[in-house]
Amino acid sequence: MKTAGIDIGSRTIKLVVVEDGEIIYSSIADTTHDPLEQCNKLLVQTSFDKILATGYGRHFFKTHFDAPTVTEIKAFARGAKTLFPDCRTILDIGGQDTKAIGLDERGNVSKFEMNDRCAAGTGMFLEVIAKTLGYDLEEFGGAALRANGNIQINSMCTVFAQSEVTSLLARRQQREDIARGIHMAILNRTLSLLKRVSTAPDIIFAGGVAKNPCMRKLLSKLLSCEIKIPKNPQTVGAYGAAMIAQESGR
Amino acid sequence: MNLVTFSKLQQLSEQNLPNIAKAKQEGRKVIGFYCLYSPIEIAVAANAIPVSLCGTRNEPIEAAEKVLPRNLCPLIKSSYGYAATDTCPYFRFSDLVVGETTCDGKKKMFELLAKFRPIHILQLPQTQETDGALSFWYDEIVKFKKKVEKVTGVEITDERLSEAIKLTNQERKAKKALMDLPKMNPSPISGIELLTVMFKTGFFMDKRLGIALMNEIVDEFRRKGNPAESPFHPKTPRILVTGVPVGLGSEKVVRLIEKAGANVVCLENCSGYRSVFMIDENKEPLQAMAEKYLSTPCSVMSPNPGRIKLLDELIEDFSVDGVIDLTWQACHTYNIESYQIEKFVSEKWGLPFLHLETDYSESDTEQLRVRIEAFLEMVKS
Repeated sequence: MKTAGIDIGSRTIKLVVVEDGEIIYSSIADTTHDPLEQCNKLLVQTSFDKILATGYGRHFFKTHFDAPTVTEIKAFARGAKTLFPDCRTILDIGGQDTKAIGLDERGNVSKFEMNDRCAAGTGMFLEVIAKTLGYDLEEFGGAALRANGNIQINSMCTVFAQSEVTSLLARRQQREDIARGIHMAILNRTLSLLKRVSTAPDIIFAGGVAKNPCMRKLLSKLLSCEIKIPKNPQTVGAYGAAMIAQESGR
Repeated sequence: MNLVTFSKLQQLSEQNLPNIAKAKQEGRKVIGFYCLYSPIEIAVAANAIPVSLCGTRNEPIEAAEKVLPRNLCPLIKSSYGYAATDTCPYFRFSDLVVGETTCDGKKKMFELLAKFRPIHILQLPQTQETDGALSFWYDEIVKFKKKVEKVTGVEITDERLSEAIKLTNQERKAKKALMDLPKMNPSPISGIELLTVMFKTGFFMDKRLGIALMNEIVDEFRRKGNPAESPFHPKTPRILVTGVPVGLGSEKVVRLIEKAGANVVCLENCSGYRSVFMIDENKEPLQAMAEKYLSTPCSVMSPNPGRIKLLDELIEDFSVDGVIDLTWQACHTYNIESYQIEKFVSEKWGLPFLHLETDYSESDTEQLRVRIEAFLEMVKS
């Protein structure tokens, strides 16, 4: 049976189709102002027997496509546990939220926490600051890795941090150093969230921000342990949803 | 709840304000209360009308923020906002408003509230554990009694107090019976319905009407007792909500929990189960009142072992599947105490636990929904 999982996030929509536990199709589109239309575009490109939705848009998807839903928490737990059987901790940094999830031995969620209602320290934050510094999102992490100095960024509010960065630029600070400071600021915030939930290995880092090499390196360094990164960190939730759909009756 | 009972509740609610206005015209005094630490029997004994003051809705918060800091608990801002915008009829009716020194936010807000109405502040001890605390609190109640005697011109005798205690105890008994309905599995009544009945009857000028109505509802459900008529089924997750008080206007978390397919079977808070502690009718009335009120297990008390003790009983009695601890934004005492509550709930009972911090606005509905749904997935797995 072919089952699909669709993860409708704030920035991107991820679709994964699974057959016998193997991913046979995977696709990503921007969420845009019209997520329903974007879902339609993704869906016509492939076929499946049933679909299960997750992500912040799961409820409108349920209404329009009469599909069952699970939360991102459960979807990421399932996805990470399947990819990494020894997974006990998941960090997912997406477009507008950060989740820390602790799993028990059997892979059930034992505890989770999410960032509060503002997008500080998420993918959106990185995107805004990268732009302020004149980087593409893809090169932002690499630039931060090249930094020589360490500049401390004090504001965690996206808007305040942006003006702090602007004034650092006006003082002719190296932009790599500022980039590094931004990464450190996000990590410090992320670590306190993670420590409230779990830091037990294996720690899986997922979500779009896991593609950032500086975040990966610093996270591993600050936790003094190896961090496992899925091959496609963005689609872990969609993959988990597709796996859950394999088991569920509907 | 059947339609007849519900329309009766509506009708009684609508009559309530005109009734108070009429009684006031006839010379009765109105005393307004905010908090469960307030000994309303003093007002009842003086033939004054005790009323609950508004503070559970988001609307007046914007006006409150002209004076109060934004980063303050919504309950405090809403209470102040209602007074400042003169939109709470009960506040307008009040000849005396009663506040108490519970948390920092409230006691400083009451200083500002004093410009709208005469206010009496009860100095609440921060602990329940020392003898000194109880005798201090007893003296505070005596001072309050004298104040009410002055406002109403009625001498508050022990006989009058005993009568008042009998009445409020009856109300507590009726309310407890109502709140105990969800001990049945499945519960015949939803958490939202329960909250609506308690909230609305809480404003009734004539406590006897509220008591009669609550008894009627309890009888109705006990008589029926038909699981098929329950809005839930035996496998519906049974959730206990603990923490800050919740009323209509601030019930969004209870609503979201039930919309996500669970049943809020018990509210361990000042609008719920903490409000039905009985006053000992065999003791000297003022002493019995002082003891009962001081034992209220709010997080402003340090330490606050009563909350753990109460939770322990309720989790068992209501066969609870998971606990959600609700904190209003910027409420330090509940926010900090949540750590101890989580430890207790997970270590003693091994139950899923979720701490939510929010305010009265709707801006975080989706974020709350994801947390609540993920929590319920934990409950079911």
